[in-house]
Amino acid sequence: MKVIVDEDKCCGAGQCVLIAPEVFDQRDDDGIAVVLQAEPGADQHDAVREAAAVCPGAAIELG
Amino acid sequence: MSVNEQVLRYPIPSDAALDPPAEWAELRKECPVAHVKLPSGDTATLLTRYDDVKQVLADPRFTRQLTAPDAARLSAEGGGVFSNEMATIIPDGGEEHQHWRRLVGRWFTAKRMSALRPSMTEIAEGLIDEMVAGGAPGDLRASLGFPLPVYVICDMLGVPAEDRDRFSYWSDTLLNLTRYGKEEIDAAQAEFFQYMSGLVAGKRAAPGDDLLSELIAVGGPEEGGLSDLQIVVTGMGLLVAGHETTANMIGKMVSMLLADRGRWESLLADPKLIRTAVEETLRLDANAGFGLPRYLGEETEVSGTVLPRGTTVVCSMAAANRDESAFEAAGEMDLTRSPNPHLAFGAGAHSCLGQALARTELQVVLEVLLRKLPTLELAVPAGELERVEGLAVGGLRTVPVRW
Repeated sequence: MKVIVDEDKCCGAGQCVLIAPEVFDQRDDDGIAVVLQAEPGADQHDAVREAAAVCPGAAIELG
Repeated sequence: MSVNEQVLRYPIPSDAALDPPAEWAELRKECPVAHVKLPSGDTATLLTRYDDVKQVLADPRFTRQLTAPDAARLSAEGGGVFSNEMATIIPDGGEEHQHWRRLVGRWFTAKRMSALRPSMTEIAEGLIDEMVAGGAPGDLRASLGFPLPVYVICDMLGVPAEDRDRFSYWSDTLLNLTRYGKEEIDAAQAEFFQYMSGLVAGKRAAPGDDLLSELIAVGGPEEGGLSDLQIVVTGMGLLVAGHETTANMIGKMVSMLLADRGRWESLLADPKLIRTAVEETLRLDANAGFGLPRYLGEETEVSGTVLPRGTTVVCSMAAANRDESAFEAAGEMDLTRSPNPHLAFGAGAHSCLGQALARTELQVVLEVLLRKLPTLELAVPAGELERVEGLAVGGLRTVPVRW
């Protein structure tokens, strides 16, 4: 699984960080999501899929 | 007469405080793009399907320019929070909006909200102790639901919580679409503006450790910051937004969970369900208020219906959140539902800025209530709970509980 965040679409809601804090974080200076693990381990896949499904900006792409 | 043969009155009246009006399901099925008549007498187009509501909320052609001359007025007195001229001071779209959003959004990150958890927990515990000391039955709305979010947002903004009765009134004049006359609303907003202007001036002279002081410290527009007027309006917006929305949701969430004792028992048995339970109550909130109005600047199509330029659209997120095509067993409360891509906070670039704050507050309230008052129950049958009428954001008049 590969995780990409589209910064332009990100609205800083923080859902991804609340759901998968090991994979996502938000930048301190603008709240935009950053990916901590671009290829997360299998134990994170469910959380990452949930984060992508509920992202209000549809900013998380999974490859 | 079925829903597509008449012009529905909107908001659709509903007698049951926690249940949706029967019209929602009929509209989603038969008439997803419906004509409705607003309290002002003007007409608008109501959307109730999940895909339509989600698409429109994320589409920049559907603007928030409810002050446009041909936009529908929501109520005879104007449109409260939705068509307030103040709203035009914050950029509505494009790069300027994104810039504003990022300047303010850094204060509402998940990490910052997690850092607030201990202080929120302490406030919630104190408020619950006070309610218990007052004896059963207590009113959870007045004792916990209202004060908690106010203390939290006041602290973030650096606004004195002692003035909360004044904020409540100012906020109500913006959020209640039917209760106040135009003169009273204008006078209240002028007072609110004066108050916030004074506060911002005070912070410019003597900065504190709070959001408004930090916004001032960034500098003016030439330094990549906001103008004084924008800071004042941002402060007003955040105070109103952080106030009645979550306050009302706390009462509704607890009522929904207590309406069926089995739900409360499930949470007591497995507090790990708190996060998904909070999301499910947000999804199933049938008393969510007005929904989100949008003004269409150019002709476009929704669900195969052409909407002309100048149309005012009302997105009912609450109706969309019960769409069977988006959620399995959409009418049922499933405390484990995951993923739960509900639209209670909107969608797209304008989705609720404070959603991590609201989620954290709701989770903390539920965690503390389950821990401190495991025997909590409604003191009246759920069917006797009453809605507050006319609010842009729906709520219950009181939430009588015992323990």
